[in-house]
Amino acid sequence: MTERVAELLRALGARIVNSWIWRLGFACRFLWLTLKESGPSFRRFHLTIREIYFAGVLSLVIVLVSGLFVGMVLGLQGYDTLVRYGSSDALGVLVSLSLVRELGPVVAGLLFASRAGSAITAEIGLMKATEQLSAMEMMAVDPIARVVAPRFWAGVISMPVLAALFSAMGVFGGYLVGVRLIGVDEGSFWSQMQAAVDFRQDILNGFLKSFVFGVAVTWIAVFEGYDAPPTAEGVSGATTRTVVTSSLAILALDFVLTALMFRGL
Amino acid sequence: MMTRKELDLWVGIFAVVGIGAMLFLSLKVANLASFSSADSYQINAKFENIGGLKVRAPVKSAGVVVGRVGDIRFDNESFEAVVSMNIDSRFQFPKDSSAKILTSGLLGEQYIGITAGGDSVNLKGGDTLKLTQSAVVLENLIGQFLYNKAAEGDGKK
Repeated sequence: MTERVAELLRALGARIVNSWIWRLGFACRFLWLTLKESGPSFRRFHLTIREIYFAGVLSLVIVLVSGLFVGMVLGLQGYDTLVRYGSSDALGVLVSLSLVRELGPVVAGLLFASRAGSAITAEIGLMKATEQLSAMEMMAVDPIARVVAPRFWAGVISMPVLAALFSAMGVFGGYLVGVRLIGVDEGSFWSQMQAAVDFRQDILNGFLKSFVFGVAVTWIAVFEGYDAPPTAEGVSGATTRTVVTSSLAILALDFVLTALMFRGL
Repeated sequence: MMTRKELDLWVGIFAVVGIGAMLFLSLKVANLASFSSADSYQINAKFENIGGLKVRAPVKSAGVVVGRVGDIRFDNESFEAVVSMNIDSRFQFPKDSSAKILTSGLLGEQYIGITAGGDSVNLKGGDTLKLTQSAVVLENLIGQFLYNKAAEGDGKK
């Protein structure tokens, strides 16, 4: 009986160590290697440009359209609530603060994880499965410097840009619904927004958030791709894990960052 | 497969649009251009009661934002609140100006209103305003109203 229990505990421990601790350590070492080998991605910047096209430019449509709709919904819902307290003029404040502080970085991050993160993982995973990475090593080309680092930096650069676009588009959507459709006064919409939104406190903190999310999502994406078992099943599993892990990471990091930034803990 | 030129063009457009969005956020949404705290001087004012005044609340004169509340402390000798305000150095006020704590709208945030006095000497950094008026506390207001009503009732008898 005790042997059975001991065996069970041993299996559990091995599982935790192998699939969590070991992978976390490898992920950290992998991030360090990527940072160390990122010289070429800036010296030969066209490598990174190509990846910015795939991670950033191709995510533009989904980010812009979602931003517009999120802003429009915020405009409708916010008006509905604010008008009860007779303060519908504060609609601009509500829309802009919720977008710039939270929704911009978080929703753009989630979209980025599922649109670009999954693509990065699948691409690197498939390169590994078809032994392209080994072939590169054979030709004395470091796959981390040539394949991983440009994708990592492209993601880190694209994410804040996408989040800013999402926020700007959302404010525009809120303006469309609030001012054009419902008829909130245009002057107070903008002036109350400008009085309430602070550059350092809101815009820069939102920018910092999106930067952190960009690092987290692309780190997870390139790592899952590089670590994927070199089979069709392995690559599909890695892609799923990228989306799940980075979504959870974004939401958890968002809580920590918000607590640090806006509560002054 | 796209040529490198096309790629560059698209990424260039992406960068321009992104910078445009950041400019829009910082200039149109946050109105960065209007007020910077870089050039300012500090004046203090003592209030019996500051109500719901918070750090970074606006300081207005004639309705125009001229500065922000920098710090709120409690003076343990006079048992009053000491509010430090950072006033933009573009705006100078006479030495006998007075400060009031006001509320914007019925449920709005509280801010400090400065009414200019008539002295020929202007306030300098570190000066303290002598004339202050505390925040209106709703309970005191209701109490006063009830007291007045009661006094009126007595008078009629």
